[in-house]
Amino acid sequence: MTDVSNPSRRSLLAGLATLTLAPGIVLMAPQPAGAAATAGKRWGLLIDTTKCSSGCDACVQACGAEHGWSDPTHGRPDQAPRWVRKVDVKDPASGKTASLPVMCQHCAKPPCVDVCPTGASFKRADGIVLVDRHICIGCRYCMMACPFKARSFVHEDVTSQRPGTPRGNGTVEGCTLCVTRVDAGKLPVCVDACAGTGKGAILFGDLNDPNSAISRRVREVAPARLRADLRLDTGVHYQGL
Amino acid sequence: MVGVRTPVLAALLLMAFALVFATDFVATGAMAEGTAKWPGQCVADSATMRRNHFEMLLHQRDDTMRLGERPSDRSLGACLDCHAVKGADGHAVTAADSRHFCRTCHDSAAVRIDCFSCHNSAPGRGK
Repeated sequence: MTDVSNPSRRSLLAGLATLTLAPGIVLMAPQPAGAAATAGKRWGLLIDTTKCSSGCDACVQACGAEHGWSDPTHGRPDQAPRWVRKVDVKDPASGKTASLPVMCQHCAKPPCVDVCPTGASFKRADGIVLVDRHICIGCRYCMMACPFKARSFVHEDVTSQRPGTPRGNGTVEGCTLCVTRVDAGKLPVCVDACAGTGKGAILFGDLNDPNSAISRRVREVAPARLRADLRLDTGVHYQGL
Repeated sequence: MVGVRTPVLAALLLMAFALVFATDFVATGAMAEGTAKWPGQCVADSATMRRNHFEMLLHQRDDTMRLGERPSDRSLGACLDCHAVKGADGHAVTAADSRHFCRTCHDSAAVRIDCFSCHNSAPGRGK
């Protein structure tokens, strides 16, 4: 197996050693060369609900087409996989309405990860919360734990999976923040789809970089987060709620 | 004592024979030779691949899933791209077809391929 051993693991260990040899000094987390999940980053979305309209579901359609979860199934419609959905909300006090897409909120403290008995539900170093379906046993604890109904269970065999999006019977799935595209330096498909409609309501970027467009806008508008009372430190922010 | 030892020895001999034949099968078995798009350009030589491809895939699986490392040559997609077997319609066959590269050996060895319960078994990586 020497021919497949990865030098980046050694450099990671070397980096860790450096970290422990210099206590008290705050260092950036060591980054294995070639790894896309960069520890210094925190990928997130800022959704401007003032630009999002009730009738539009371009992001949902694009997500379904990209990842294949909206392909026809034989099961009950209420059990069909759904990675992102449009929700219309109304403030009962003021009567103000808003429409917004709700998907995995990529929490910094994800309850789905806390409850997973196998470690399949995990958070990458760059903040993207994923299901490792290689070790998912389909218990669906994470679906119960998620306050956002962001995860789905696959009830039947899947064929014709899209490139970069493996999906399989008996496992839980959810928004991956288009991790394959992000690793390749591209934007999540919902961001592109929303921009394609001319609305441009979704902004993607690194929340840890104070100079990124998303960080500047977060500072400027102080957007809301869903179920902020749970203190999950979600990566998806909503402007205008 | 002899009565106990004889069946044990026989069993051991049988196991040894089985091992020899298994080794022969993996080393020289009826593989889909020459199906690679670029013969000799695999990430390792054929003998290593036949013995260790599953460990390589397992290793890469975790690095890709957990660390986001997506090397162009060691992914499952890269294997499928190179080892695609074209059907009569000119399109690459899926694992549902017994001519699929992985199945040519896995069928003989009676080892189920779990990969394709989630991954598409036909080439076509989107990057």
